[in-house]
Amino acid sequence: MTNVIEAAANVPSTGPLADALAMRSKLMDLTQASYEAALLPSDPGGLTRETRAAFACRMAKICQQEGLRRHYGELLSSYGSEADPLNLATTDSCPPASEPRLAAMVSYVDLVTRSPKDASESDIESLRKADINESDIVRLAGLVAFVNYQLRVAAVLSVMGEAQ
Amino acid sequence: MSRVIHKFTTRVPTWRPHVTPIDYEQATPAQREALQETPSNTKISDYVLVLAHDPESLRIRTSLFNGIMYDKGGLAREERELGAVAASVVNRCIYCAAVHAQRYNNIVGDDRVMGDIFLRGKEADLDPRTRAILKFGMRLSECPPNVTPEDIGSLKEVGLNDQEILDLTLSTTLFGWANRLMHTLGEPVSGK
Repeated sequence: MTNVIEAAANVPSTGPLADALAMRSKLMDLTQASYEAALLPSDPGGLTRETRAAFACRMAKICQQEGLRRHYGELLSSYGSEADPLNLATTDSCPPASEPRLAAMVSYVDLVTRSPKDASESDIESLRKADINESDIVRLAGLVAFVNYQLRVAAVLSVMGEAQ
Repeated sequence: MSRVIHKFTTRVPTWRPHVTPIDYEQATPAQREALQETPSNTKISDYVLVLAHDPESLRIRTSLFNGIMYDKGGLAREERELGAVAASVVNRCIYCAAVHAQRYNNIVGDDRVMGDIFLRGKEADLDPRTRAILKFGMRLSECPPNVTPEDIGSLKEVGLNDQEILDLTLSTTLFGWANRLMHTLGEPVSGK
C-alpha cells in the first residue's frame, strides 16, 4: 500500500528510520486507512472530497509542511481545474459572505489548526448557526484533527530521514 | 451542579459534549459496526457516541490509539504517556492531560513529575531525559510544528534511538489529534 506520509516525507528505504517504521508497519497502515477515511470517504456527507483536499492543503501551508502541501495540491488538481473556485486552499483567503457555510468552516479550520487551546463552545455554535449539521461538524473536526496529526508525523520523518 | 474546569488536574473530569451523541438505538448499520470496535465490557462513552457521527473514521480509531500507546517494544509506556501530556498541555486539553498524567503517575508510582509539569510547564524541574522528551513534545505540538535536526539531536543526546523517537512522535501527535476533538467538541466539567 502506498503510504502518503512516508512518500511525502521522502523516507529512505533502508537504515534505522526505515527499520523503525517497519516495526510500526501496522500503525502506519492504520494511519493510511485514517487518511482514506478523512480525505476519500465513501460517505462524505456535507463535506465534499474537493473541499476536504482544499482544507488539507490550507493546513499543510499553515504548518509549513512542504511534502504534504505538494501531495494535497496534487490531490486537489486531480479533481479538475474548477475543484477550488473559492480558493479555500489559499491561506488567509476567506469565502465571501454569500457562502456562510464555507466561511464558518474555514474559521474553524484556521483556529483549530493554529491555536486549538483557544477553541470553545461558541466556535461549535458558529458552525451550527451557519446551518452545518452535527454529523458534518464531527466530520470537519475529524478532518482537521487527523491532518494536524499527519502533518506533524511527516515533519519529524522528513527531518529524521534527511539526516540518514 | 457541574462547573467547567480550566486548570490542569490529575483528577479525571466528566466530559460534556457540545454536539449531541448519537442514540445507539437509532444508529445506522455503519455506526453500529464502528461502535463494536470499542471494548464491549465498558459503557460506550459520550465521546465515542459523538465520534460515531463519522463512523468511517471511528472504526479505525481504537486499533490505532491502542497500538500507538501499548504495542510492544520501542519507547517505554510512561514516556509515551509523557508525549501525550506534552501535546495536551500545549493544546490545553484538560481532559486528555488528566487521563494521561494519571496513567503516567500509575506507571512510575510517583506524582511529582506531573505535578511540576502542570505547575511550571517547560520550566519544570526534571531529569535530563524527561525534560528532553517533554520539550520535544511541546515544540512539536506548536503551530507551525517546531522540529529541527537539533531537536532530534537533543533526544539522541539523552539516549533515545530512532525507534523511540518514532514512538514518541506517534504518541505526541496522536494527542494533537485527540485534543482537537476532545477540546473542541466538548468540555471538562466537575461532578457527574
